[in-house]
Amino acid sequence: MAGTSGKTINVTIKVWRQKNKNQKGQFETHPMKGVSVDMSFLEMFDVLNDRLITEGKDPVAFDHDCREGICGMCSMYINGRPHGPKQGVTTCQLHMRSFKDGDTIVVEPWRSAAFPVVKDLAVDRSAFDRIIASGGFVSVNTGNARDANSILIPKDDADQAFNAAACIGCGACVAACKNGSAMLFVSAKVSQLALLPQGQIERDERVLNMVNQMDEEGFGNCTNTAACEAECPKGISLENIARLNREYISASNFANRK
Amino acid sequence: MATSPKLDSKIPDGPLDQKWTKYRSTVALVNPANKRNLEVIVVGSGLAGASAAASLAEMGYKVKVFCFQDSPRRAHSIAAQGGINAAKNYQNDGDSIYRLFYDTIKGGDYRSREANVHRLSEVSGSIIDQCVAQGVPFAREYGGLLSNRSFGGTQVQRTFYAAGQTGQQLLLGAYSALQRQVGMGAVKLYARHEMLDVVNIDGKCQGIIARHSVTGQLERHFGHAVLLCTGGYGNVFFLSTNAMGSNVTAAWKAHKKGAFFSNPCYTQIHPTCIPVSGEHQSKLTLMSESLRNDGRIWVPKNKADAEAIRAGKLDPNNLKEDDRDYYLERRYPAFGNLVPRDVASRAAKERCDAGFGVNGTGQAVYLDFAFNMKYKYGKIEATKKGIENPTEAQLDEFGHAVIKEKYGNLFDMYAQITGVDPYKNPMQIYPAVHYTMGGLWVDYNLMTTVPGLYALGEANFSDHGANRLGASALMQGLADGYFVIPYTIGSYLSKEISTKAISLDHEAFVKAEQDVQERINKLLSIKGTKTVDYFHKRLGKVIWDKCGMARNAEGLKWAIEEVRRIREEFWKDVRVPGEANEFNPELEKAGRVADFIELGELMCKDALERNESCGGHFREEYQAADGEAERDDENFAYVAAWELKEVGNWELHKEELVYENIKIAKRSYK
Repeated sequence: MAGTSGKTINVTIKVWRQKNKNQKGQFETHPMKGVSVDMSFLEMFDVLNDRLITEGKDPVAFDHDCREGICGMCSMYINGRPHGPKQGVTTCQLHMRSFKDGDTIVVEPWRSAAFPVVKDLAVDRSAFDRIIASGGFVSVNTGNARDANSILIPKDDADQAFNAAACIGCGACVAACKNGSAMLFVSAKVSQLALLPQGQIERDERVLNMVNQMDEEGFGNCTNTAACEAECPKGISLENIARLNREYISASNFANRK
Repeated sequence: MATSPKLDSKIPDGPLDQKWTKYRSTVALVNPANKRNLEVIVVGSGLAGASAAASLAEMGYKVKVFCFQDSPRRAHSIAAQGGINAAKNYQNDGDSIYRLFYDTIKGGDYRSREANVHRLSEVSGSIIDQCVAQGVPFAREYGGLLSNRSFGGTQVQRTFYAAGQTGQQLLLGAYSALQRQVGMGAVKLYARHEMLDVVNIDGKCQGIIARHSVTGQLERHFGHAVLLCTGGYGNVFFLSTNAMGSNVTAAWKAHKKGAFFSNPCYTQIHPTCIPVSGEHQSKLTLMSESLRNDGRIWVPKNKADAEAIRAGKLDPNNLKEDDRDYYLERRYPAFGNLVPRDVASRAAKERCDAGFGVNGTGQAVYLDFAFNMKYKYGKIEATKKGIENPTEAQLDEFGHAVIKEKYGNLFDMYAQITGVDPYKNPMQIYPAVHYTMGGLWVDYNLMTTVPGLYALGEANFSDHGANRLGASALMQGLADGYFVIPYTIGSYLSKEISTKAISLDHEAFVKAEQDVQERINKLLSIKGTKTVDYFHKRLGKVIWDKCGMARNAEGLKWAIEEVRRIREEFWKDVRVPGEANEFNPELEKAGRVADFIELGELMCKDALERNESCGGHFREEYQAADGEAERDDENFAYVAAWELKEVGNWELHKEELVYENIKIAKRSYK
């Protein structure tokens, strides 16, 4: 199993097993010997699953797709931290070189009332889709746009909007938050569009609708612990939450200004 | 050669630059009241699927969207890095619709349809307008205007980008448009659903069978038309830059129900990917082509140096300029490091095969930013700051900041995966499977050979010929979804207005569901000794070795037999754990790999049939003395469209490629 560096370690995996959202789950322990440190964390799970299948056991279900840190699908809660010990990376970009020989690694699904477990480590994050559907867009039908360069956008605004738009919708912010709040996710989309001229027309409605939907989905409130920012693999800034609050207060106070 | 009567491309008459305009003005329309009664199924939610679904719903059609991921935003378009082309000529550097058209045809090695490519070029500008209107945060200049950069195979700057995350930003734009329609009730979303068959009734595609991944329930869905926007088949190679879930299943099921599959041997091997690190590797990671704007590709000039580097005895940073071979700049002075992907990939393979590769396996070349970081950007920044004689350290520092802003996320990703800092050391790269130009045959309307069944984006074969230029996949996906299908679907649906929704108890639905169920039962009942991945890896190795960057008749013949053996063993000895009626990712994977195996055979067959080298298809028997590809326009200027008779048995139909506007010529980047 050695990679190019030739280095291997032995670790013990304690992984959450849960058949579906209605049944109770429990931890299962698997020793993993000779793990190449060049492996990604998910590749280590591939090896584990290969073994479980060969032994006639049920492999561990987990969500993953692009394995390059951009699709937002992978979602493991590793040693008490969403996406594990490294700052600024998703689970798929975490490599075994971040662990030591002899480590015990505890792996759980995202835990939040608004993210029910599908199976083992896979959870249902469709609440995020519904939040976007409630207002995370600019209402522009195909074919209605004017020439792209007729909208001038100051570079700083464009850059800030881009930084907010870099959110991958993985839900680590919710998993990290003791309140299970989705404020960082919601604020990233609200900020992106509030910073751009294209987003101005629907600015008030957008923030009111998205916050309303967020509450309906059962996400908790924000108490400014900033755990979301610390764990976000894409470095989405807490400033976005401040902007969300400003947008929300402004929209609430002036909702009848039309 | 004459085009097969079974392939009517329906290209409109008239001069090339007026075909699309005239078509749009004369195509049959569906009135708003009738649109409300017409249901369209969209499978796949990437750029093509999301943009098509949103646009069709905006027009008033009833739309259902299916994706296998947990959210439509996960589709693999999200991972596209570098950019999207458009003939805007914002840089005043001589770009035009014709030039983008010409570059694309030439880049595709004269194996794509003129009319389709010209249309793509024509709508390219509108895509950028649409995306900006949605709030896609493209990179901008200080004056507030959009920024552009260069990509391979072109000499203008026409690529729009959002750092190294252009695909993500474009997909999130299309996804937001889609979700807006979901919120308005115009689109019904079926996430975690995998399409497992199409249902044809009265010679038309009228629905699908889908499996809900969480419950395992099979579902029947009716549609007046079905759009497959399901991406490419690069994962046939096991190792590719595709997402783990990317698969050919939807397209392959359609193929088995009558849709012809075109040019499966045209696969794109991308030159700049992170090299394989070990046998545990599950996927490969692309380093965007945009890096070739500033990265210079080289290997040592002397074998002894290459050996010393491989043995870890020589630091490449210390190798003198004169001892480096910038082989792309040497061989292709006009385009240098920005030659098209197929050319760059083969050149890397050639150097590595000749013994000049630079990592432990000898399968890597350098992509080096040091020169431009210091002497291009470092100097510019120093000049800006008024420093006349900057020190090396200053140049390094200034250049570092510029490179970080341009490519920061890519450099971070590289460091993360390899554990090596690319600001201090040249990147090691090697070609990897990235994109597939082949796909379901479609006519000008994007309809397959099955009426009512369409293929959009990477899932079809139409626009890129034998090689796709960088930053053109995003363009094509969005062109098909936003600006082509909304018009062309009318030519079919206008005749379907009196077709009533078909009962889901119709025998065709019942039979299709039964077949799907039986296949699932079969996969679960084999209970063999080998995992799905075992077969997938074996298949991937055969296809990579014999139908990868270089192919020859002997190898292909062997590969066809070997793939057949793999198929046989798979159906005897695969072990799929779990049950049908639960969340079972291994079962999903098994179904996909079974389809990849069947496709793998067809890829080799197609490659064997095409006795020429063109684009991504390089047959070793057909090369010039200098190693350049030799096309055979007299005998092979056609689209291969394969009709499946039964598994392992196909009939080839040919669509002749007629060039009326471009003089077909040897493709040279020298």
